[in-house]
Amino acid sequence: MILTHDDVQEIIRILDASPYDELEIETDRYKLTLRRGGSGWTQATETARAERPAAIAAKTTQAETILEPGTLGVRAPLVGTFYRAPKPGAAPFVEVGDTVDEHTVVAIIETMKLMNSVHAGVRGVVSEICAANAEFVEHGRILMKLRAP
Amino acid sequence: MIHRVLIANRGEIAARIIRTCRRLGVETVLAASEADLDSVPARLADRVVCIGAAPPARSYLNVAAIVGAAEGAHCDAIHPGYGFLSENAALGHACNDAGVIFIGATEEQLASVGDKWRAREIATAAGLPVVPGGMARSTEEARALIESIGCPALVKAVGGGGGRGMKRIDHPARTDETIALAIAEADAAFGDARIYIERFVEHGRHVEVQLLGDGETIIHLGDRDCSIQRRYQKLVEEAPAPNLGGDLRKRLHAAAASYGEALSYRGLGTVEFLVDDRRGEFFFLEMNARIQVEHPVTEAITGLDLVAEQIAVAEGRPLRLSQDDVRFSGAAIEFRINAEDSAHDFRPSPGMVTAAEFPAGPGIRVDTHVEAGSTVPPFYDSLLAKIIVHGSDRADALVRSKAALAACRIAGVHTNLAMHRAILDDPEFRAGGVSTNWFGQFWRRASA
Repeated sequence: MILTHDDVQEIIRILDASPYDELEIETDRYKLTLRRGGSGWTQATETARAERPAAIAAKTTQAETILEPGTLGVRAPLVGTFYRAPKPGAAPFVEVGDTVDEHTVVAIIETMKLMNSVHAGVRGVVSEICAANAEFVEHGRILMKLRAP
Repeated sequence: MIHRVLIANRGEIAARIIRTCRRLGVETVLAASEADLDSVPARLADRVVCIGAAPPARSYLNVAAIVGAAEGAHCDAIHPGYGFLSENAALGHACNDAGVIFIGATEEQLASVGDKWRAREIATAAGLPVVPGGMARSTEEARALIESIGCPALVKAVGGGGGRGMKRIDHPARTDETIALAIAEADAAFGDARIYIERFVEHGRHVEVQLLGDGETIIHLGDRDCSIQRRYQKLVEEAPAPNLGGDLRKRLHAAAASYGEALSYRGLGTVEFLVDDRRGEFFFLEMNARIQVEHPVTEAITGLDLVAEQIAVAEGRPLRLSQDDVRFSGAAIEFRINAEDSAHDFRPSPGMVTAAEFPAGPGIRVDTHVEAGSTVPPFYDSLLAKIIVHGSDRADALVRSKAALAACRIAGVHTNLAMHRAILDDPEFRAGGVSTNWFGQFWRRASA
């Protein structure tokens, strides 16, 4: 909930002087229920899932990308910066249409100046590259999609 | 100035840090594991970055993932909360390398107080009393030590702290096997096989002093009593520590400040003491270089926001208040509501919370990360909420606490609420100033 403890105390001070035994405040970000009972006031809260603009949502909930049936995903094994090529100017590890197997290195993720190889993990044909070169990716983010070979 | 903070933690402390950041106009990015992506703090944060799988070693304890997330999300600073990497010198070091502010002590200070033996030596050098004891590099050395300090004795891991990696020796004949086990466990748990032995103080109270420093000036923010513990885990804390006779309180404050000065401490930290109030003696235990779970009782009686002070110091600003500016008002008690079944030997009780009604009103603060519908994952600690009650004095706080605990209702997971209500009704607790071995005896009595 977004209200502070002081806010809640202030609301109760106002309610205490009123004949009401229950107050419900609901906004798009939270719901607060205050009830007067035998032992005094109680509070119950509901915090809404953050409603973020679509453009930001794509960045904030990367891990939730959903795969269509028949498609396999190569996920980021750790948080960091995604690179398609071993160094700037070099050819990408893979392109759409390439066949890969479990051990094929398809990208690197840089975290704290350390380069970590990303392996395809499964056999398949690259059907889509879902992250941009040099993009910051979260753990679990789908980097590439593969279809059965 | 810090504009965007990565919170490298979860649970109630993450929610609590977000609250202060919002008030200060600082953006928050929550580093969350896969298990916490839909948690209350994840809903409160401005942005969430998934840093890894649910097991802590793969997320909240992963220095590279956390610093990588801070860099990727363009954060100026990392707040580590408590537990996890909060006192990890490697995280402090990685932050320095990455040019990200670590909201905490310096790398050197973390290393000094993290090595519990070195921390003890600093205490001795600063003139603080320590419990008689010494390092034991072998079972032979341990036997000689036990002979000189006597039994019962406490074996502690140099890399431990916070009650972790401690073993009691009640009889000298058990020395060899206990030491061998303690060394093996210390090596496995902390990657540091070193152990030391201290005399076990039977009638000790756990009293700690809150410090705040900017690297030059150190002030104290009073004391807390955390003697209500089960297996070295705190359950109830209060500020100020009740019934500290004579000049004991003043001496504790001064000793803690000397310790902070010896380190030129920067940030928020706590010096823990074992207090034998019958003899008017106290001993240095350890220093915690981070925010404590129980910090809200200090906030209640001082009116300060300790997270805001941490951020100010981390920005490189001098302390905003002098010792004389710190005023204490009334008494505060904190109850840790855990997802543990106190009726069944405190068995952890993860699962879905179906109802969460907390007390509200004057003097009551609830720091929590659970609401109806929240999941308590099995991977982390069992803390659900902290109920903090502030009164005009301790008697008033006890009265308010009674009503507050009566009004609290949590369903879906088992809790230790019944235990807290029983503690509150106990005459010895109500009298104030029980020792750390009180809870075990009380609970045997209460559950008989």
